[in-house]
Amino acid sequence: MNRRAWNMSFIKFRHFFIMYLQLAWRNIWRNPRRTAVILTAVIIGIWSMILLGSLMRGIAVGMIENGISTLTGHLQIHHKGYRNDPAIENSITDPVVVENALREVLPKGSSWTARVRVSAVASNARHYSGVTLVGIDPVAEAKVSFIGTAISQGRYLNPGDHNGIIVGEALLEKFDTKLGRKLVLMSQDTHRENASRAFRIIGTFRAEMEATEKQFVFVMRKASHKMLRLGDGISEISILLPGKPDNPEIYDRLMTALPSEQFEVNTWRELLPFQTAYLRILDGFMWIWYFVVFVAMGFGIVNTTLMAVFERMREFGLLKALGMKPWWILREVLTESFLLLVTGMIIGNILAFICIYALSGSGIDLSALAAGAEYAGMTRVIYPAVALKDIFVSNLVVLLLGILVSTYPAVKAARFTPVEALAHT
Amino acid sequence: MKIVECINVNKTYQQGQIKVHALRDISLVIEKGEFAAVAGPSGSGKTTLLNLVGGLDASDSGSIVVDGNAFDQMSQSQLANLRLHKIGFVFQAYNLIPVLSAAENVEFVMLLQGVTARERQQRAKAILDDVGLAGKYDRRPAELSGGQQQRVAVARAIVSSPSIVLADEPTANLDSKTGEGLLEMMQKMNEEKRVTFIFSTHDKMVMDYARRLIFLRDGRLVDDQVK
Repeated sequence: MNRRAWNMSFIKFRHFFIMYLQLAWRNIWRNPRRTAVILTAVIIGIWSMILLGSLMRGIAVGMIENGISTLTGHLQIHHKGYRNDPAIENSITDPVVVENALREVLPKGSSWTARVRVSAVASNARHYSGVTLVGIDPVAEAKVSFIGTAISQGRYLNPGDHNGIIVGEALLEKFDTKLGRKLVLMSQDTHRENASRAFRIIGTFRAEMEATEKQFVFVMRKASHKMLRLGDGISEISILLPGKPDNPEIYDRLMTALPSEQFEVNTWRELLPFQTAYLRILDGFMWIWYFVVFVAMGFGIVNTTLMAVFERMREFGLLKALGMKPWWILREVLTESFLLLVTGMIIGNILAFICIYALSGSGIDLSALAAGAEYAGMTRVIYPAVALKDIFVSNLVVLLLGILVSTYPAVKAARFTPVEALAHT
Repeated sequence: MKIVECINVNKTYQQGQIKVHALRDISLVIEKGEFAAVAGPSGSGKTTLLNLVGGLDASDSGSIVVDGNAFDQMSQSQLANLRLHKIGFVFQAYNLIPVLSAAENVEFVMLLQGVTARERQQRAKAILDDVGLAGKYDRRPAELSGGQQQRVAVARAIVSSPSIVLADEPTANLDSKTGEGLLEMMQKMNEEKRVTFIFSTHDKMVMDYARRLIFLRDGRLVDDQVK
């Protein structure tokens, strides 16, 4: 095809394109009430897809962020066998080897902290409860986990606090105690003897989940060493990487740097199996949600488009009599559906983003349902999380499936013979 | 020059259990530039004949040739193309596109033909002036009277200089004065532009204007008079 022929084809295409758009736009406003019905269906559909999708993703993001900050980190290093049997015998006895490897391998901006973490029994005069004793280096810990910013009463640990302990608000309430009171911790030391020590409550923390507040108590690492006769031993090293939480390269380098017969390196995905599983099935949930919304919307689109087609049967007969081919009529009806869908999508997207913006400040507070939400691993407040993929997919689903379901009435319109269409009253 | 040639054309419809013979062995020739009317009582087959000549419907047997194009050898797409370029239609119920203005209705056929925007606009305005609708270019069909709408329909039918214009009872919905004005206008188009007009009608006024009268009764051609 030469240049002139190309130009002519382009001009013809442009004329047709403008004609389809113009006719379609005017046709959809011929019956404003019917148009409003379809638009409402599309707007509600796309709005709910994006908003509820962002809330579902917000739940996942909250669960993962909370899981990572609650003493997990992006990577953890343990003595081999610790995860199967987190007993004090499975502690890392010589952390210097690991610390040297970390200094070599970790990229700039990484943070890490070493902890002692053992099961213990906390008791006071009237109450006792199973807890997890966490011996921390307060400065390093504050950079890795939630505890540095979670103090609700009293103060955080200082290097000189040999007998200080931080407990959760929920534990404080359960033990009916307060700041300044004593709390006795009892556990098993490295010689398999009972070890106990009295600490004084110097601060409390507030966590996303009540279970966290009841489970963890924090003391200085040195204090835990002394109590458990652990020397310089530690239970785990928790690492926070800069940037994305997943960094397979660093993981591989750590695996290489640390002897596998002595150490285990685990990612947060291995350490948080429930959250990982939720993340894995989230996309499936989203597709099911999109499908349900679309089925409801799709019936509305087909029904109203069919009504519009049958109402305008004479007109389609006229268009055919004037020389329009069936394919052109099909395109005309599909163009009308396309414009309706796009208009609905624009409004639906704007409404969804307004709602997301409004919720992004305060989130949705599920404190009243805290127990149920916690059971499902959710945080107390859900903040919407926008993923471009979700927005793209929900719009694409509405557009493509909307056009697909409009094809049936469009084919009907295209298949009327001019005579039967013109005879229609 | 033959513009329409029908040879032994038959058409039957199924109405429930009954077979209706709408046309029986119709043979006729229309020459270029004729101003002919197909007349007859209701149910005589006038509209069926126009539909067949216009390629809107297919005959059961016989052959129809319009401007050298034999319908029995043409696909639906080719027929649509023929209608687009060679045949203009005027319907009893005007059948304008309600969302388009008078000028846009006239332009529509040219748009389908791929005529450029500037030429379309010029030709549409000129033809609307010719049919007495100067200044009413932007009126939508709902804003025009029946007679004015039918004038727009005529303008749309002739604007791209088709070989024939088929007008199915064009005056049926108009009062006699408006109908006469429309007929005068079409007669003028026929004389000045040599456009061939074929009407179906049972309106005496149309028959008076026509220079050839073809009578149908019960689907048969019973008389063919050239005045």
